Amino acid sequence: MPTDSLQSPSRSSTSQNGAVNAPTLKGSEIFVRALEEEGVDRVFGHPGGAVIKIYDAMERIQPSYDHVLVRHEQGGTHAAEGYAKATGRVGTVLVTSGPGATNTVTGIADAYLDSVPIVVFTGQVPTHLIGNDSFQETDTTGVTRSITKHNFLVRDVNELASTVKQAYHIARTGRPGPVVVDIPKDVQMDEAPFVYPEEPGLDGYTVPGAAAPKQVDRAAKMIEDADKPLLYVGGGTINADAPEALTELARKANIPVTTTLHGLGAFPETDDLALGWLGMHGFYHTNMAVQNADLIMAVGARFDDRVTGDVDEWAPNAKIIHVDIDPSCISKNVYADCALIGDAQDVLRQLLPKVEPKDTDDWLAQIDAWRADCPPYEYETPDDEDQIAPESVVEALYNKTKGDAVMVSDVGQHQMWVCQYYKFGKTRSHISSGGLGTMGFGLPAAMGAAFGMREGRDLDVVCVSGDGGFVMNAQELSVAAAHGLPLKIAVLNNNYLGMVRQWQSLFHEDRFSHTDLKPTNPDFVKLAEAHHCVGLRATTPDEIGEVIDQAWAVDDRPVVMEFRVPKEEMVFPMVPSGAASDDMLTEMFNKEKIAES
Amino acid sequence: MSDEATLTRQQIRRKRKFGEPLLPEEEDETEQEHRHIIAVTLENTIGALNRVTNLFSARGFNLESVAVGETDEPSVARLTLVTVGNDRIVAQITRQLDNLVNTYDVTDLTDAEHVERELCLLKVQYSSETRPEILDIKDIFRGRVVNVTPETMVLEVTGPNKKINAFVGMMEEHGIEEVARSGQVAMHRDLEYEAPNPLASADAAASSENGTADD
Repeated sequence: MPTDSLQSPSRSSTSQNGAVNAPTLKGSEIFVRALEEEGVDRVFGHPGGAVIKIYDAMERIQPSYDHVLVRHEQGGTHAAEGYAKATGRVGTVLVTSGPGATNTVTGIADAYLDSVPIVVFTGQVPTHLIGNDSFQETDTTGVTRSITKHNFLVRDVNELASTVKQAYHIARTGRPGPVVVDIPKDVQMDEAPFVYPEEPGLDGYTVPGAAAPKQVDRAAKMIEDADKPLLYVGGGTINADAPEALTELARKANIPVTTTLHGLGAFPETDDLALGWLGMHGFYHTNMAVQNADLIMAVGARFDDRVTGDVDEWAPNAKIIHVDIDPSCISKNVYADCALIGDAQDVLRQLLPKVEPKDTDDWLAQIDAWRADCPPYEYETPDDEDQIAPESVVEALYNKTKGDAVMVSDVGQHQMWVCQYYKFGKTRSHISSGGLGTMGFGLPAAMGAAFGMREGRDLDVVCVSGDGGFVMNAQELSVAAAHGLPLKIAVLNNNYLGMVRQWQSLFHEDRFSHTDLKPTNPDFVKLAEAHHCVGLRATTPDEIGEVIDQAWAVDDRPVVMEFRVPKEEMVFPMVPSGAASDDMLTEMFNKEKIAES
Repeated sequence: MSDEATLTRQQIRRKRKFGEPLLPEEEDETEQEHRHIIAVTLENTIGALNRVTNLFSARGFNLESVAVGETDEPSVARLTLVTVGNDRIVAQITRQLDNLVNTYDVTDLTDAEHVERELCLLKVQYSSETRPEILDIKDIFRGRVVNVTPETMVLEVTGPNKKINAFVGMMEEHGIEEVARSGQVAMHRDLEYEAPNPLASADAAASSENGTADD
């Protein structure tokens, strides 16, 4: 097999044919111009030896896009994710070879599992040194192969522009995802005519649009026949900009809606049909609705194990309609009785005229009865006077913003509380690391989202983090400060790795192995101030409102608000890992029940 | 599954898990594992091949054999892979392969009329006593001798997987030194002639036999 080219000959010849009157540029200049042509407005990057030519070209050309110098490449990829999720555009990252590239790996894997469109450009050692274990060499395409939607190694400067075009096309279309483009240093220095192709020219790549009409008719019939229908809505709905169509469908046919972590914001939670989220830390009435439904219509959701628990016992009475743009998601975890493969918005628009209004009052009354049986967990104010219930902080943030904010969370207990206690009403208003569960995601993602706000949407960006995750990428604070981003960052500090502690308490007999962070936690107020941010602290319930008001009064830099919360607080309800969805722990310290199971 | 009276797939799974009996008409054959031959056309590059094989390890799919080579179009390679799995797994495999950006076409040949072949080179020890029997077996399997030394000979046999397995089995008692197998390749069989009629003349029967003689 030829190893000299990753591109098919037909594609490279197209770009060369079109380049009759094109200006001859160096690879580094072609790269900068290609990004301009692609309409990129922001790049998160960090320079190094293998991309120094590109950075030099940027200095000479002064391109139309802005570059944000992050302080760690992982922060850069998460920032690109936050930017992409807040705006719906493709996020862009530029890093050097070797350690620059490997530092992006966590962010790329995160974007892959959460279907976030980002393109990561990595420098590479010169072509003739590839394979020699050269300085700062890693096999970047090899390392990232199983965590990217696709990746490229550009071996010829004539293919650089078309590869950039293809990378953005692949990242943006279909089920979005990360794409890596590895560019050796000699390719950046070689010269070629620059023409930015109009078409990506990818023969083996197709994007589903509308679903098969026959399947749409079948789905409409299944909805008509169902007595206990349920819409189960995931992040794909938001990626397809389908929340409006979804809301129309739910209201027309009176179908209650439950959302996954990434689906939050796709359906207004103040609506009577909104059940809130489902799964491991979902509400009792929501999981009961799942277990008793006779029809579940999944839209842009992938039946993740955090949603289903024991797949064999999940929704035992339900027929499944699955709307997804990725055919490989169909029947992967749960068998789909009717598959609608296509763009969620197109499919819902196909379905809408075929669905008749239906009476689901009995079913909704049944769900209300479950809600009355076991209302969402009512937290208690801690006995200790100088501590704050973490849930009350999320409620206070909701009362301050009334849903008009982009809520970014890190990973852990606080993430679950944000999902439970914040009432999302807007699309693209919730950003979190769901699939990979990346601690350290929150702050840089919030920074990326805040950069996105500057280009159109004007919402407050609020980051909720824990003391464990916040420290993992705290270096990006000074980047947000340098750009004057008015981020509101709430750190719920219980001096523990709270979620791990919860599992240790519930399932490992209170053996708190290495989860106590108190000895290594920094002073969060001083940490903020050291990074040119404002630092505030609340230790009693009375101070919550005060601190939040002070934070919202600052509009020229980030504010870090530390809230001292008790380490004993747990997230409830909880479906233990691998249990059936109706086998929930709804009370605190219900260890007898766990011991039985 | 369209009939209202039948169980949902989830109910069948649950019954199976708890060992409850399923009525015969509800027996779920999709859970049974089968051997599948899948043909993939893809970009003729190492990177594309790597992506395909990587998919199998990354997602925990079985991979019994892979054979790959250039097609009449030098930029396109054709890969034949053999895998084992139930209907759900095999559907996953074909969809995941289809999802790869540098694959052009993915076809599961298993249930279609197809021919499949594998080439096997086998080095076996022989003596004057065993020689006639080895050559006899070689003839039965329509093989060829491609190399001979005073103690060993290399035999070449072509055929479907089972035939190769049988041939290797027959050689075992004679002392196999080395076996090299190419992996399966397969192709759709175009059926332009009528199926052979058992009552037809002897000539026609003989010619149809020749048509599938290698099987």
